[in-house]
Amino acid sequence: MAPLLELRNLSTHYVSQSGARVVKAVDSVTLALEAGETLGVVGESGSGKTTLALSILRLLPPAAQNAGGEMLFDGEDLLTKSPEEMRQIRGKKIAMILQDPMASLNPLFTIGDQVAEPLRVHESMPRKRAWERATALLKSVRITAPETRVKEYPHQMSGGMRQRIVGAMGIACEPRLLIADEPTTSLDLTIQAQYLNLLRDLQREHGLALIFITHNLGIVAKMCDRVAVMYAGRLVEFGAVRKIFDAPRHPYTRALLQSIPRFADARTRLTAIGGQPPDLSALPLGCAFHPRCPDAIDRCRGEAPPETVGASAHSVRCWVAGS
Amino acid sequence: MSLLLEAVELTKHFPLKSGLFGKSKGAVRAVDGISFTVEKGRTLGVVGESGCGKTTTAKLVLGLEEPTSGTLRVNGADLSNLDSGARRRYRRAVQAVFQDPYASLNPRMRVGSIIMEPLITHEPVHGAELTKRLHRLLELVGLPTKAADLFPHEFSGGQRQRIAIARALSLSPALVVLDEPVSALDVSIRAQILNLLRDLQAELGLAYLFIAHDLAAVAHMSHTIAVMYLGRIVEIGEANTVANAARHPYTRALFAAALPSHPDEKREEIVLSGEVPSPLNPPTGCHFHPRCPSVMDRCRSEGAKLRQIETVQVACHLYE
Repeated sequence: MAPLLELRNLSTHYVSQSGARVVKAVDSVTLALEAGETLGVVGESGSGKTTLALSILRLLPPAAQNAGGEMLFDGEDLLTKSPEEMRQIRGKKIAMILQDPMASLNPLFTIGDQVAEPLRVHESMPRKRAWERATALLKSVRITAPETRVKEYPHQMSGGMRQRIVGAMGIACEPRLLIADEPTTSLDLTIQAQYLNLLRDLQREHGLALIFITHNLGIVAKMCDRVAVMYAGRLVEFGAVRKIFDAPRHPYTRALLQSIPRFADARTRLTAIGGQPPDLSALPLGCAFHPRCPDAIDRCRGEAPPETVGASAHSVRCWVAGS
Repeated sequence: MSLLLEAVELTKHFPLKSGLFGKSKGAVRAVDGISFTVEKGRTLGVVGESGCGKTTTAKLVLGLEEPTSGTLRVNGADLSNLDSGARRRYRRAVQAVFQDPYASLNPRMRVGSIIMEPLITHEPVHGAELTKRLHRLLELVGLPTKAADLFPHEFSGGQRQRIAIARALSLSPALVVLDEPVSALDVSIRAQILNLLRDLQAELGLAYLFIAHDLAAVAHMSHTIAVMYLGRIVEIGEANTVANAARHPYTRALFAAALPSHPDEKREEIVLSGEVPSPLNPPTGCHFHPRCPSVMDRCRSEGAKLRQIETVQVACHLYE
């Protein structure tokens, strides 16, 4: 069976007006996601994870350009679609949830109008039926008294409720793929747990594929089947989540996993990663991680490592770990 | 062990007023009768969700808010009875590092001036002595000497947080309030800053009041953990016990909601229904009863007092 989403050497670059400066925000990323699976894309700020998500939806800002690669969704290359065709796909087949729910809800429209909107646009549903469906959707995201809530406005909801409403909008047209960009960063811990469980239930009920864009390895451990680790625009490691937590191959992934505090070994010293995340407009030569890498060899300083694929499609970009 | 700071029944209510003549409409009970101690060289971690009163507690300790009632004792002396000189000494001894190092550093001042400003305000130091102190502080937080001549925008988030820490240390404080000191930083940088804070504590004998959302980080940093819910402490005690063998139903749910560090790590599933109620109109009895999975009749009418059980104190009728 062909995967639901397959990226082949996808590159997205930000180009300055004169064309003199190029930032390779996403640089030759290859990955695949099966229907119903959950993929975690982890990385620090500036690693290109949000640009990757926006590339898939083709919602990039004007300064960004596609710089090659293929993006197959259900066997069709999204990069060859016209803007009109993309509009048919967005919200209908691929939906997205953003980090800040207040910014994704219009304060001037009722909750019902906003949850019903994708149904009215994509399914040409009449207003009354779309509202009924919106009420049912609110119920499915565990909003109590949905009949009254549909008539209310975003400011009348708490943060957790807003995020669940945005989730209801995302699944309104029963998409095949839902991309969630840091969906729980603004939520409190117990509300985050509620929301993650809800997403998992929705995924089970609708057979959704999920992409989680996050910097939080805990979310990856809890939710994901596969994980893609990004560093400075490149995919440095990709594989099954257990494989990567048990035996990370890339030194960056390994260091990241070692640097998070755990309950089991409280008050022992953390293994910190030295240095700073790199500036994408002035990347070091060779492998972008080499200035911070404990295993760096001479070759890393001059030449960027290629992707090597190991057992069970566990891929890594590293001269040392890949050979 | 020397007791540094002791809070007894500390309370802060923010009155709500409306209309032209400021008719009182009740009060937000941000902090509602909490007691804790901070000892020299130790860390008290405070956890809880938004609105539980963590930040108000920090402000009370920093002397930025006056308590409505209750007392803060510093080395045995009541803070509200101190004369202005002693109060000034208290403010020197208690410093803070805030969450966002992009907001807490003046973009128009050079790093050296930022770090030295508290020192110049409080002490008659000049010239070579000042430079010596500055270099010592930069070295303590792991920044190069040349950093002093640069502006904050020339540094990354982690380095800026180091600058903020150096500024907090410039007056050799006894207690540093750390309000979410790593949550604005990149994941790969957090461990650096947490390690730095631990090293500084060991080297300088600092006490920390550590406030954070990240429970694993709090467990990692703290000797004692206080769990707050709607302005009250529901459980306080030895950090490892609170983190790994919590007793209060809220603490258990909170730590159960923490994310696993490995896909095979199964945490107890306690998903609370509902959300934190408004501190303007908290539930009667135990504040947690509307969401509590083990609620009993008396919880609805009667709040529980903190009781000592082994190394922790718990405020819950289940343990009476």
